[in-house]
Amino acid sequence: MTVDRETVVVTGLGATTPLGGDVASTWAAMLAGRSGVRAITEPWAAQLPVRIAAQAAADPAEAIGRVQARRMDRCEQFALVAAREAWADAGSPEVDPERLGVAVTSGIGGIGSTLAAYDTLNAKGWQRISPYTVPMLMPNGSAGWISMEFTAHAGAHSLVSACASGAEAIGYGIDMIRSGRADVVLAGGTEAAIMALNVGAFAVMRAMSTRNDEPERASRPFDKARDGFVLGEGSGMVVLESASHARRRGAAPYAVAAGAGYSSDAYHIAHPAPDGAGVVSAISRALADARVDPSQVVHVNAHATSTPEGDAVEAQALAKALGPAVDGVVVSSTKSMTGHLLGGAGAVESVAAICALRDRVAPPTINLEDLDDEVPVDVATQPRPLAAHGRSGSPPPAVLNNAFGFGGHNVSLVFTAA
Amino acid sequence: MTDQEILAGLAEIIEEIAGVPADEVTPSKSFVDDLDIDSLSMVEIAVAAQDKFGVEIPDDQLKDLTTVQDVVNYVAKNAGSTA
Repeated sequence: MTVDRETVVVTGLGATTPLGGDVASTWAAMLAGRSGVRAITEPWAAQLPVRIAAQAAADPAEAIGRVQARRMDRCEQFALVAAREAWADAGSPEVDPERLGVAVTSGIGGIGSTLAAYDTLNAKGWQRISPYTVPMLMPNGSAGWISMEFTAHAGAHSLVSACASGAEAIGYGIDMIRSGRADVVLAGGTEAAIMALNVGAFAVMRAMSTRNDEPERASRPFDKARDGFVLGEGSGMVVLESASHARRRGAAPYAVAAGAGYSSDAYHIAHPAPDGAGVVSAISRALADARVDPSQVVHVNAHATSTPEGDAVEAQALAKALGPAVDGVVVSSTKSMTGHLLGGAGAVESVAAICALRDRVAPPTINLEDLDDEVPVDVATQPRPLAAHGRSGSPPPAVLNNAFGFGGHNVSLVFTAA
Repeated sequence: MTDQEILAGLAEIIEEIAGVPADEVTPSKSFVDDLDIDSLSMVEIAVAAQDKFGVEIPDDQLKDLTTVQDVVNYVAKNAGSTA
């Protein structure tokens, strides 16, 4: 092991998802193979071809409190709830505020607040818009609120890359620590976009499942009968910490946040490049950054959203990037249960990947009844035990999380056993 | 409208918008120093007060209304003039 850079570890986890209001309930539901997808009961859904979604299991406003909640978009509320959990889970570290950073973002931002404010503007005039409208609609709002809550002065950042945002935020957090700008970083992603406009806008792209009669069976990554993604909402959060800082305070890490890899397709604004070259690059770069050999990889939490196009491209790219080592790698798409949390996805799925590494078990991909012939990887349909060691012997086992976004953004993260 | 009625109405608004319990909204309290109400919430309170009392509080007046009593006085003085 070279010592030319700071090792970054994960010491806290937080999540609020369609499966549960915290990490424990979310992870338990994943292992039990439960779907969080339901019919949308709001009247606006009636006009749309898509009438299913994975709404959050717990109302974040309840945890935040009424007065604070009315100043925060729902996506910001999710992020704060997840951040509080992650922080407490890390043991509420004592850290110099100048050395505490935030890297939290959203793919879309406060769209619910934007739409509501626009309605108010048209119906009642500009003076009736909440003076908190701008802080509620800006995608960096969550980072700002979290920096205030935990008094983080090292910098609060919000990179935006659509559905890769949550993973990119974690990558950025790793960089903040490696570059010496912070000792501890709260990093993650959030989304609250189950609104008529978003559902309609994704539906008009033909990107969403229209399996309205069978909500729980609608999100079916890698299955031959998959017909698009299901929109989810919520947030995932990790506490990243330099290994030396964690050691000094006696914190036991869940995992090493070993590396991140990025690429951009430069191909189409919304379609993945069919050759998957960008995905291969992101995975290969992440492994190189993490100094991890493909043979150490035991599990991949795939981006796989249940679209006909994307799942196959990713699976083929995984096989190419990992080479012969792909045999024995257990792949899961937890979106089969949570739906697609857009900017929250990469963060929630990193939390799931870290839980999988901790418990040495891969969560199932539900609704996978007939594996697509174009998918050349081993996808778990039941919880599957993972190797306790990297398959080549002594090196620690590694897990990957992939996240890709409209705009051609590809992000891959690597976590290794602590 | 008596001063008591205005105070009660204002306290209700402040509780709704800023979460300060109504019984803590007493005349001598300063919005910023005692009730921890920021300028954004003051804008919202002023608009709600306009709806409730029918008294418009222009921005150049609002910045001079620093205590609860200041707002009560302003509303009492201008009530009916813009309703």
